[in-house]
Amino acid sequence: MLQLDAESLYAELHHGVAALMRPDSVLVGIWSGGAWLAERLQRDLGRTGAPGVISSTLHRDDFSERGLASGTDATSLPFSIDGAHIVLIDDVLYTGRTIRAVVNELFDFGRPASVTLAVLVDRGGRELPIAAAFAAAKIVLPAAQKLSLARDEAGRFSFAVKESN
Amino acid sequence: MLSRRNPQLNAHGELIHLLTIEGLPKAVLTQILDTAGTFLSVNDRDVKKVPLLRGKSVFNLFFENSTRTRTTFEIAAKRLSADVINLDIAKSSTAKGESLLDTIANLSAMHADMFIVRHAESGAPYLIAQHVAPHVHVVNAGDGRHAHPTQGLLDMYTIRHFKKDFTQLTVAIVGDIVHSRVARSDIHALTTLGVPEIRAVGPKTLVPGDLAAMGVRVCHDMAEGIRGADVIIMLRLQNERMSGAMLPSAGEFFKSYGLTPEKLALARPDCIVMHPGPINRGVEIDSAVADGTHSVILPQVTFGIAVRMAVMSTIAGNQA
Repeated sequence: MLQLDAESLYAELHHGVAALMRPDSVLVGIWSGGAWLAERLQRDLGRTGAPGVISSTLHRDDFSERGLASGTDATSLPFSIDGAHIVLIDDVLYTGRTIRAVVNELFDFGRPASVTLAVLVDRGGRELPIAAAFAAAKIVLPAAQKLSLARDEAGRFSFAVKESN
Repeated sequence: MLSRRNPQLNAHGELIHLLTIEGLPKAVLTQILDTAGTFLSVNDRDVKKVPLLRGKSVFNLFFENSTRTRTTFEIAAKRLSADVINLDIAKSSTAKGESLLDTIANLSAMHADMFIVRHAESGAPYLIAQHVAPHVHVVNAGDGRHAHPTQGLLDMYTIRHFKKDFTQLTVAIVGDIVHSRVARSDIHALTTLGVPEIRAVGPKTLVPGDLAAMGVRVCHDMAEGIRGADVIIMLRLQNERMSGAMLPSAGEFFKSYGLTPEKLALARPDCIVMHPGPINRGVEIDSAVADGTHSVILPQVTFGIAVRMAVMSTIAGNQA
């Protein structure tokens, strides 16, 4: 079984995101795992205010098969998107479809100057021309395995790997 | 396959049609209200449109006229990026003698994905839901005296928005209850969501006694009915009932059951006043109340669009 130490990967992500940030960049975490990461990064990078949170639900391409998922109301962007340099944060980058949906969602709120992506784990398997500017780890997982971030009550991260069928 | 127990739900208990609130589990109602909250914020975006129903055709089938309800469904469908086709069916096929199911078969052949149905006959949306292809969804936009589930849901959204918790509330529904599909849908929703006291207030001719069997307290006295209420839902007095000798006159009705500032003073100080519209000023509600600080009649209209977006996107995402 694959072992991923989410906490040490988070330390890597912290360094990687610090290098990506411009003075006028804003953090936007993808609900839910990416939002937890963005929340902690915002603190650890010494930034004031809340980071943005964005949900892919309203723009997903599998709506007709899966219906409305929970967390539709997660999008919250407490700053203007117009002209902003946005650093998107997510836990796992896989097919790229979530990122496509999230970028569409973002553009419903305005026209950002740039959008960059940083993730904890890039697990390969891309189905769209999307790449992360920073990934704390690159691994290859079989399609049957689902990787997701969990957060305990103390705010510590861990990875859960589930066999999907 | 339509489930035999509740034709609105699929085998997984998910909503595929919205025909009535009666018998829907609390979780389904709550999920729609939560989803509506999301859509309310879509109105604050630069782009007031989401692509959930892109490429889908929504047919507004109004066998009975209602410009307002039809318009709110149309706006809701368009904000979800659907193509909307309005059929003033009362004036076309039906007038030529086509049967309801033939009309539906024809529109289905035009690749409809969803029917929004308003019909004077109770049960017409059920009949349609039983005959459409599995991928087609049906929303009841008011059938006879039976149900008006999206109005019921938007009323619940409004109450939750202003009162947060259903489980401590006293809700008074006032007026022409016997003819009101809104009242029926509200009573089912309020009961499911755990409202401890629901009162039906009005004259004997307009408030059926058998409501007590639904757990509703029947009050023929207005003061008794609204005293201490957190929420007052006024119903439109349908003018056509006046001729049926059910009421002496509109003036008489207003004197006994019209909501005036004096009567409103009997309710709780933070009471909200609702009305499904269109309002008859001076018949069931005084202008001072309709335009006053307790009135949430216009927020109801705004919430109605978000709730209809929630209903359409929820059922469209569930498979039969």
